[in-house]
Amino acid sequence: MRYLPDKPVAWFVLLVLLPGQSLLAAAGPEDPLGSFMWAEMHARLLRGEPVVFDDRVRVLMPAEAEDSMNVPVLVDATALADVERILVFAELNPIHKVLEMRPHRAAARIGFRLKVQQATPVRAAVLARDGTWHVGGSIVDAAGGGCTAPSIGSANPDWASRLGEVAARTWPREDGVRLRMRVMHPMDTGLVAGIPAFYIEELELRDAAGELATELWLYEPVAENPVLTLDLPGSGRFTVSGRDNNGNPVLAEVLGGEAGGGAR
Amino acid sequence: MNGFRCLPLVLVLLMLSVDAFAVKRDYGLVPQQVAPGTYVLLGFNEHFNFRNGGNIVNTGFIVTDAGVVVIDTGPSRLYGEQMREAIAKVTDQPVVKVFNTHLHPDHFLGNQAFEDLPEAALAGTIEGIRQNGEMFNESLYRLCGPWEAGTRVVVPGLVVTPGVEEVGGHRLRLIGYDGHTDADLAILDETTGVLFAGDLVFHGRAPTTPHADIGRWLASLDALAGLSFSVLVPGHGAVSTNDDPIRQTRDYLVWLRDGLKRGAEQGSDMAELLSPREPPASIRRLAVFAAEYQRSVAHLFPAFERAAIERGRVVQELD
Ligand SMILES: [Zn+2]
Repeated sequence: MRYLPDKPVAWFVLLVLLPGQSLLAAAGPEDPLGSFMWAEMHARLLRGEPVVFDDRVRVLMPAEAEDSMNVPVLVDATALADVERILVFAELNPIHKVLEMRPHRAAARIGFRLKVQQATPVRAAVLARDGTWHVGGSIVDAAGGGCTAPSIGSANPDWASRLGEVAARTWPREDGVRLRMRVMHPMDTGLVAGIPAFYIEELELRDAAGELATELWLYEPVAENPVLTLDLPGSGRFTVSGRDNNGNPVLAEVLGGEAGGGAR
Repeated sequence: MNGFRCLPLVLVLLMLSVDAFAVKRDYGLVPQQVAPGTYVLLGFNEHFNFRNGGNIVNTGFIVTDAGVVVIDTGPSRLYGEQMREAIAKVTDQPVVKVFNTHLHPDHFLGNQAFEDLPEAALAGTIEGIRQNGEMFNESLYRLCGPWEAGTRVVVPGLVVTPGVEEVGGHRLRLIGYDGHTDADLAILDETTGVLFAGDLVFHGRAPTTPHADIGRWLASLDALAGLSFSVLVPGHGAVSTNDDPIRQTRDYLVWLRDGLKRGAEQGSDMAELLSPREPPASIRRLAVFAAEYQRSVAHLFPAFERAAIERGRVVQELD
């Protein structure tokens, strides 16, 4: 009888996971992804504040993670007006928070890659000026191990010499530029024995006039050597600045465009 | 026992009964003759799943006067055993030698059933199986479940030297290519004109790229197209009497490479490429296209992206 759960908690899990059963429906709207962790996420990460599930918040992701260390995610909340904050979290990851963004003058859209430990919903909660969290999300299936595998960089003896190195290029877009940027950093989760958490915490971008374009906070689950996609105002000149959780700075001037291709 | 607990109990009993009264798992392997003494066991054009038990691959064998030569052994110990039974129904000749075309698990995890015989592969394949075999075995267990029970990695012990090997009157040309993986063995039976192309060639099914180098793969396809053969056995998909499958594989790889490279050069985010832009109908209708395409984005896009981003202009002082 090895399949027969003998602990009350196992029965609870079995019941809650049964489709169509909502014995413990949380306050607020029903989670379209049917995750048993949603209520906890709502209480802990969004402090129980008003939420709506909103299709205008898109989380673009593969249905299956081919590489659990590098799952591509694009969060797009540009269909909402006046976005103040975007909080991305993966609720079945051992570390839930993935990334936060205050768009300021950037489009409410960000691309990045994520480490996942197992199949999980990935959500974007978007706080609009109406004071409500607009939540979108999708589920990625994964064989797992992305959070408890050491970074490739930390096994490579010369990673330290490139720590914080920025590569970035811009492409002209209708009302500004598309920026794609990679920052060299191991982004270790701290879940691997003997390797402490070591990750970029903050990044901000300022335009040529020194005006704040956008602010980002990264957490451990962002993939090693983060590659970010942002849509920004201006012509392509930016200052990138930030630091990791050990106080190492990230600082670079993005001149825009392509080497040999003119600054545009 | 109250009503509250009743439903889960029914489910649990159901799960137990499925396990306890399971019928013998049968891959239903039926050798198809494609040339004198030459047989292919055709797999489904699907992904690994609990129904097909990993039988998504083509294996083959050649009956010679000096015994049977096996080319690839399938995805599990069970497949290998049932393949050996299927061979015994076709001929009294014993199996004398096994080749593995490359390191992917659907092509070698049946080796266990032929452990008593010489099993041969290219040096790069042997090294790759040694390094990744256990991981492959675990992932197939997760994808195919009970069909994989009792499967153990058996690393081929014999290194293939490219060239002609004569077995029982069949001149087998062993050719070492690469591109689908670091080492891809093709076997041309010059006596019958049958070319076993391994996974260098897919037919009617989207190619897989987890260990691919597209440039080298295309060069290998060009070389294959230059061989003189009358029957082409792809690693996945229907057997052919012309080089259409080679062209189809080439067209797919070129389309895939060009689309991902263009996306990277235009500043697309990786997630923005998960739905392909207007694939031609000939590509869209390949079996498991959408899923394989998404997997290939994960395999191939990062290198194009790196090249594109690193050409940006940045000024930075590093300590
Ligand atoms: Zn293969």
